[in-house]
Amino acid sequence: MSESNASATRITPGNALRPEDIAAADLRPSADVAEYALRLGDDSLILSQRLGWWISRAPELEEDVALGNIALDLIGHARSFLSYAGHGLDKTEDDLAYFRREPEFRCAHLFVQPNGDFARTIARQLVVSHYQFELYSRLMHSTDATLAAIAAKAVKEVDYHRDHSSQWVLRLALGTDESRRRMIAGLKLTWPYVEELFVDDQLIDTLGEAAVRPSTLRAPFDSLISALFAEADLDIPAVPGAVGGGRAGKHSEHLGYLLAEMQVLAREHPGATW
Amino acid sequence: MTGGSTTGDDGSAAPAPAAPEKRQPWPLWEVFVRSSRGLSHVHAGSLHAPDAEMAVRNARDLYTRRNEGVSLWVVPASSIITSDPDAKGQFFESPQGKDYRHATYYTKSDGVKHL
Repeated sequence: MSESNASATRITPGNALRPEDIAAADLRPSADVAEYALRLGDDSLILSQRLGWWISRAPELEEDVALGNIALDLIGHARSFLSYAGHGLDKTEDDLAYFRREPEFRCAHLFVQPNGDFARTIARQLVVSHYQFELYSRLMHSTDATLAAIAAKAVKEVDYHRDHSSQWVLRLALGTDESRRRMIAGLKLTWPYVEELFVDDQLIDTLGEAAVRPSTLRAPFDSLISALFAEADLDIPAVPGAVGGGRAGKHSEHLGYLLAEMQVLAREHPGATW
Repeated sequence: MTGGSTTGDDGSAAPAPAAPEKRQPWPLWEVFVRSSRGLSHVHAGSLHAPDAEMAVRNARDLYTRRNEGVSLWVVPASSIITSDPDAKGQFFESPQGKDYRHATYYTKSDGVKHL
């Protein structure tokens, strides 16, 4: 950007890594790296679709925009990861988003959980943003240069998501009796899906330094959440963990409905552009 | 849930309070953005937020989405004292015709080389 014509309303696109750059680059991820990128991309894609529902429905217009911005950040991350995975699978990001069937998705169960009320959405955001922050701040040192570059871009955005969710947890938990009741209820519904995020499996073993071992994120995650909960006078919900399996394509009843709405237009009009 | 969306609320939300709550609207804040060059903060608009910390976050979301700035101020709108629009005459018309308040009114003396 030229300094001479800067103004208060100057609009610039910036020069950060874009999904289009990844799609256009000549990249050859291994099948394992592509599978790993699918996991990360699907997490963000599915949550983004969930969050989009809030547009026009949040408590205030400003919060519509805040949640919309977060959803758009997540779509950006998903597009980068899926474009990269697509190089290894001979598919485009749209093929992967719109033309895969339910068992082919690799998202963990947390990301597809229903929005519920605002507090439940914030509870889900709290877990996701803290998990993704810990993940990306390590993935940016991956031996895979593309994964590292996507993570380096994403970590700054996720850091803001973390702040957004933490601020709301504090306000809801320390607000009125009603807001506190809803925050506690939202956390209770969310917590069964936390455990799955931190499970290692064979793919992670195979990838070595290219990936981040999910189990290593648990301690820093717990310590950040504990500090926030102490401030908000909240307890970690004592609830059993839900059945996992999302990374292997085993999903709950929620994903099919979400995909139907997300994919219907692309499937009805394949190849349409606008 | 009344809408047609299947990806949103699954009905598990807490039941709505029996009587509609009389909710206080969030207070209004004025937003000032400073662009990347060393310019002053410039008024960009206003927004609603429950408190100062959320106001500056909402300002980030509403007014810096397209790389417009590197610094934000938010000020409670109620803290801004404005001039009276009906007093335009006495406030702002007095300088009219007083050209001698502008440097261009004066001619440069011959002896002054660098001005």
